[in-house]
Amino acid sequence: MRISTLFYTLWQGIKNIFRNKWFSLASIATISACLFLLGIFYSILANFQNIIKTAEEGVCVVVFFDEGITDKRIEEIGDMIRKRPEVSKINFVSDDEAWEEFSKEHLGEYADGFTENPLEGSSNYEIYLNDITMQSALVTYIESVDGVREVRRSEITARTLGGVNKLVGLVSLGIIGILLAVSVFLISNTVTIGISVRKEEISIMKYIGATDFFVRGPFVIEGLLIGLIGAAIPLGIIQILYNKALDFLSLRFEVLSSLLNFLSVDVIYETLVPLSLAIGAGIGFFGSYITVRKHLRV
Amino acid sequence: MALRKRKYMADDEVIVLDHVSKSYTQNVPALSDVSLRIKRGEFVFIVGDSGSGKSTLIKLLLKELNPSEGNLYVMNYHLNRLPHSRVPKFRRNIGVVFQDFRLLKDRNVYENVAFAQRIVQVPSKNIRKNVPRILAIVGLAGKYKARPGQLSGGEQQRVAIARALVNNPTILLADEPTGNLDPKNTNEIMHLLEEINEAGTTVIMVTHNKEIVNAMRKRVITLRRGVIVRDEEEGVYIDED
Repeated sequence: MRISTLFYTLWQGIKNIFRNKWFSLASIATISACLFLLGIFYSILANFQNIIKTAEEGVCVVVFFDEGITDKRIEEIGDMIRKRPEVSKINFVSDDEAWEEFSKEHLGEYADGFTENPLEGSSNYEIYLNDITMQSALVTYIESVDGVREVRRSEITARTLGGVNKLVGLVSLGIIGILLAVSVFLISNTVTIGISVRKEEISIMKYIGATDFFVRGPFVIEGLLIGLIGAAIPLGIIQILYNKALDFLSLRFEVLSSLLNFLSVDVIYETLVPLSLAIGAGIGFFGSYITVRKHLRV
Repeated sequence: MALRKRKYMADDEVIVLDHVSKSYTQNVPALSDVSLRIKRGEFVFIVGDSGSGKSTLIKLLLKELNPSEGNLYVMNYHLNRLPHSRVPKFRRNIGVVFQDFRLLKDRNVYENVAFAQRIVQVPSKNIRKNVPRILAIVGLAGKYKARPGQLSGGEQQRVAIARALVNNPTILLADEPTGNLDPKNTNEIMHLLEEINEAGTTVIMVTHNKEIVNAMRKRVITLRRGVIVRDEEEGVYIDED
């Protein structure tokens, strides 16, 4: 292909957007509306998942040891647990640390009355998981380890968080799927109407001897650009709205924002920007490609 | 698909229909067992009533349709066997003019004609030379900036002819090119087509216009219900009713 033909195709694609400005505006508005909904939903979902994850990270399994266990054996047990894939973090709490924390939290100045450590033999490992649903498997494993006296865990918390996480995952997959299907349907309809209006132009090109590639090129470029513009607009709007929402929550609901850790717009955009641009460009590209194909058999 | 010329066509022939039939439905043939040969540089009128098969013939010649039976050769291409991917290259040998002009309304005269050159990937430098030259031939050099909506019917048809000619086709197919024009513009367009033919282009024109057919005394092929009923050199338009 000649360079001049390539530039001509690109230029025609850009010009087509302005030539058919009402069709272009309708397409951009449709894509923007769909991706705006998707973006809003994704932002809520990402925050929800982050809150659950933060809660999960706070849930730990505590392992106590047999009386008279050696420090060497405690270290060995620690190494064995650390190697498990579901373990994200493991902290050793000695008897003294356990007493210090307990007395600080519950006794205050009355703790001075104790001359000996009443929590002698309470040294333990606090184990944090990267997947709360694996808690039972880990506990079963640890209970079978020689030297372990007791394993404490919060079964209800783990089950509830795991269940909520799973439910949120399934619901979001469903909603994202529906939103995508609606977007593809609306956008392909808009593209079909736009191209039907120009089928005479396509037939003229075919009669003159244009190849399918030459006919399709400007339409595909046009679709791609419309898709990208349609994706960029909601990203801009969501950024403004998201920051305003965070400001609003932190001002009006201080308690809420201290309890819940909201994600920054940058973190949301690490996924949302490539996702929206890929969907916009993909729908624009394939929508035009497939719709033009119907009119090429002249 | 290119052919060995000697086998199917004489050196001076550009179109050969060999017992060609075309049916859209099983019982009603649009063309029935049509055979004809057209030589390079001929001017041929194809006449007949509505439904006689004229449009089907044009569509077959453009490879828009495939024959149901028989063989069709145009410019050494055996159209029955021509794959879709090679149709664009084949069509570049044929210029087409329609009754309704089919210009791109959002582009000016220059762009409408240059469009045909861009499609066949003529370098921009050559387009800038060729388009003004062809616009001068059709008498529209001064109106290259005008949009189709600002031109008369005759002028729009001249733009369509310029677009059809700019790639130097061997054959010009004109489907009722004067159908939407008044007598003055009709005469001017016919004069232009005659000049184009004299310059060496084979012109095949479908028409209902009895006056111009009878005035020009060219070859006339008359179709009736899909069959050639008359094929005469220096013929006239004879009503079949």
